[in-house]
Amino acid sequence: MAAEREPPPLGDAKPTDFEELEDGEDLFTSTVSTLESSPSSPEPASLPAEDVSTNSNGPKPAEVVLDDDREDLFAEATEEVSLDSPEREPILSSEPSPAVTPVTPTTLIAPRIESKSMSAPVIFDRSREEIEEEANGDVFDIEIGVSDPEKVGDGMNAYMAYRVTTKTSLSMFSKSEFSVKRRFSDFLGLHSKLASKYLHVGYIVPPAPEKSIVGMTKVKVGKEDSSSTEFVEKRRAALERYLQRTVKHPTLLQDPDLRQFLESSELPRAVNTQALSGAGILRMVNKAADAVNKMTIKMNESDAWFEEKQQQFENLDQQLRKLHASVEALVCHRKELSANTAAFAKSAAMLGNSEDHTALSRALSQLAEVEEKIDQLHQEQAFADFYMFSELLSDYIRLIAAVKGVFDHRMKCWQKWEDAQITLLKKRETEAKMMVANKPDKIQQAKNEIREEIEEWEAKVQQGERDFEQISKTIRKEVGRFEKERVKDFKTVIIKYLESLVQTQQQLIKYWEAFLPEAKAIA
Amino acid sequence: MEGRQAGKESKPSSVSVDLQGDSSLQVEISDAVSERDKVKFTVQTKSCLPHFTQLEFSVVRQHEEFIWLHDAYVENEEYAGLIIPPAPPRPDFEASREKLQKLGEGDSSITREEFAKMKQELEAEYLAIFKKTVAMHEVFLQRLAAHPTLRRDHNFFVFLEYGQDLSVRGKNRKELLGGYLRNIVKSADEALITRMSGLKEVDDFFEHERTFLLEYHTRIRDACLRADRVMYSHKCLADDYIPISAALNSLGVQEVNQLKMSFLKLAEFFERLRKLEGRVASDEDLKLSDMLRYYMRDSQAAKDLLYRRLRALADYENANKALDKARTRNREVRTAESHQQRCCQRFERLSDSAKQELMDFKSRRVISFRKNLIELAELELKHAKGGGTQDTWV
Repeated sequence: MAAEREPPPLGDAKPTDFEELEDGEDLFTSTVSTLESSPSSPEPASLPAEDVSTNSNGPKPAEVVLDDDREDLFAEATEEVSLDSPEREPILSSEPSPAVTPVTPTTLIAPRIESKSMSAPVIFDRSREEIEEEANGDVFDIEIGVSDPEKVGDGMNAYMAYRVTTKTSLSMFSKSEFSVKRRFSDFLGLHSKLASKYLHVGYIVPPAPEKSIVGMTKVKVGKEDSSSTEFVEKRRAALERYLQRTVKHPTLLQDPDLRQFLESSELPRAVNTQALSGAGILRMVNKAADAVNKMTIKMNESDAWFEEKQQQFENLDQQLRKLHASVEALVCHRKELSANTAAFAKSAAMLGNSEDHTALSRALSQLAEVEEKIDQLHQEQAFADFYMFSELLSDYIRLIAAVKGVFDHRMKCWQKWEDAQITLLKKRETEAKMMVANKPDKIQQAKNEIREEIEEWEAKVQQGERDFEQISKTIRKEVGRFEKERVKDFKTVIIKYLESLVQTQQQLIKYWEAFLPEAKAIA
Repeated sequence: MEGRQAGKESKPSSVSVDLQGDSSLQVEISDAVSERDKVKFTVQTKSCLPHFTQLEFSVVRQHEEFIWLHDAYVENEEYAGLIIPPAPPRPDFEASREKLQKLGEGDSSITREEFAKMKQELEAEYLAIFKKTVAMHEVFLQRLAAHPTLRRDHNFFVFLEYGQDLSVRGKNRKELLGGYLRNIVKSADEALITRMSGLKEVDDFFEHERTFLLEYHTRIRDACLRADRVMYSHKCLADDYIPISAALNSLGVQEVNQLKMSFLKLAEFFERLRKLEGRVASDEDLKLSDMLRYYMRDSQAAKDLLYRRLRALADYENANKALDKARTRNREVRTAESHQQRCCQRFERLSDSAKQELMDFKSRRVISFRKNLIELAELELKHAKGGGTQDTWV
């Protein structure tokens, strides 16, 4: 199947136009000038190259530079002319390695002419690096926001419409700033299209946010309580993160479906995303079948890298799940603390009112005020707990599931190749038998037939091998990119989260410092 | 759990008794031992009062004996005009014990470190409860010792000095039920006296006190309950931090260099927060919850005093009516007169001492609140600074 499928068109990909750069040095001298204009604020840590690269230098010792001073970053970049230069965003996929047969370059090329971005060095195979530079100096720059949830319609047919705003300087888009209205099923439709095009060739397509029948029903029914507003906000934030991750992927960004999603004012309604539709049921059946198949495929893993990586992701998955469960408990308890603090504040105020000793009465009222402010603080912290920490973890749990899916596709690809080889072998045996047997009248026709079949299967075997190598290569690259993104994501969020925790403590100091003199003033 | 002792070092006490420099009778609980389901308090007395045979002596008492003493005071007519210090609550280690047991039963998913931390937390909780119960029993005795009238009670001396077991068993179910019924009767009686008989409160002071105490008692009970819930939430948070910190640690250890430090730093911060939250919880418990609880009980005792006075007033009114009736009928006038005299005297005696007691109650309350609120604020500041200073974690 992979053989027949046309790779996603990348504009006018001209395979013959790509150039290979063997020498890593040259890559960087040209990037430096373009880097200055990059508006992104990357993390200056060195790249996690150890497990991915085969012939790169050792990774730079981890230097945690926490400022986003771009000057410093690029100063570093100019000095360091090696593969371990600081990460920049984002990385465009490079052309396939020359080891692959010359036929394949139709896939995955971001041809120099066409591309509007530059690639920072993705470390894992020097010969594959290439920097693209747009002729008129555009850099990879796109910002997505999802906002203004609006309820459209009434009753059970109602839905929430979200505004998707894009700000970009990429010339593939007709305007530099535009927005459209999309509903949740549109997002799911987008994901479904991207997944069907890219997943099976090894691209890690970011998963869309999950459906929630309960949540949506509440909104439809029109319950205007805090839980439904919370639900909508949670979904809005998740959709935003989903789109941001998707556009960060250089290959997916080129996809016309994505462009249509972001740009066009009218989008055909994606009905196949409904859980109870025919397509939905088909999806469920396929998922089950896949699970069964996975158990029965016994792959001869020739490349230890894949086994190692799969194990790593499995570990990571388990640990993230455990952490996520604990963080969810934390969010819940902090919300309880907030509610209890608010209740206490009220009763302290009442007590203060009853108290007939004036100074004590005043102090108690002040205590009530302090507790109210602290309650606010707890609420904000719970918010941070959830949106920064908990959602990050659940996003990555789903992303890792996508990564695992990609590994599974590789296995299936291998299986296909393997099956083709077996069939070819059988056909050849049949042919051999025919040669030995002596039936002159039937022989010529049968011989021709079998000859044809053998040729057909030989081609299939070749294609199978190519596909397998292709998907393996893509996965390697994707995993490298994924890991980089993951490190960046986590680091940013952890720092922000830590700051929020410290901030809370500092606010507490302020509040209690203000209260202390009041307590002392009780005469 | 066997043989736990609470030393003298750090007795948390949200209510301290000002002995006003009177050292003629000093009482304290110098030691306490928890045995299975009983706590044995060692009550030590230092006194130069002539009544006692020695200058310094101690006895071992259990909770039931404290209750016996309290009830003896309440039932004594002589003290009807005084606020009887509220009885200390029964030592309750049930919840804590259950938790420790559950932890012991083992949950294989937690690491050894996590287990050690949780065990540490629970043991600290157990110890805190233990110290609190000691403090409450001590405060009860100290208030008795400080009160000029109450300290001279014969039962009190017996309690302090009698070397043997007082053979006071805990109330059986019938007695407890009797106690509840008595309370119901009391409140019904009170309602009757005030509304039905048209009893007019003559003294503004008491009128004010009554309305004040009724409202105050309800509200302080509310505040106490809610403060308890806040403290409980803080403890839950502290417990939540344990698995988070552990998970972050194990993630950090396996991570690539760039991310390792971030995870480990966050893990360390959570560990620090855990200790802070735990301390915040216990400090709020001591300085806020316990104080509120104590004054809830004390205000109930004050309400009881008002009731007794009201009862005496009703009796006085009734005696007046009886006297009038006797005079009209000209029969048993003498007895009616003397009865009326007695009631009047009793009522006035009660009113006088009640006034003094209620004013003491107020000043006691104000002093205690002030002390505890200041200490609470200072402790909260200390803890927040422990988690908020940048240099400590960056």
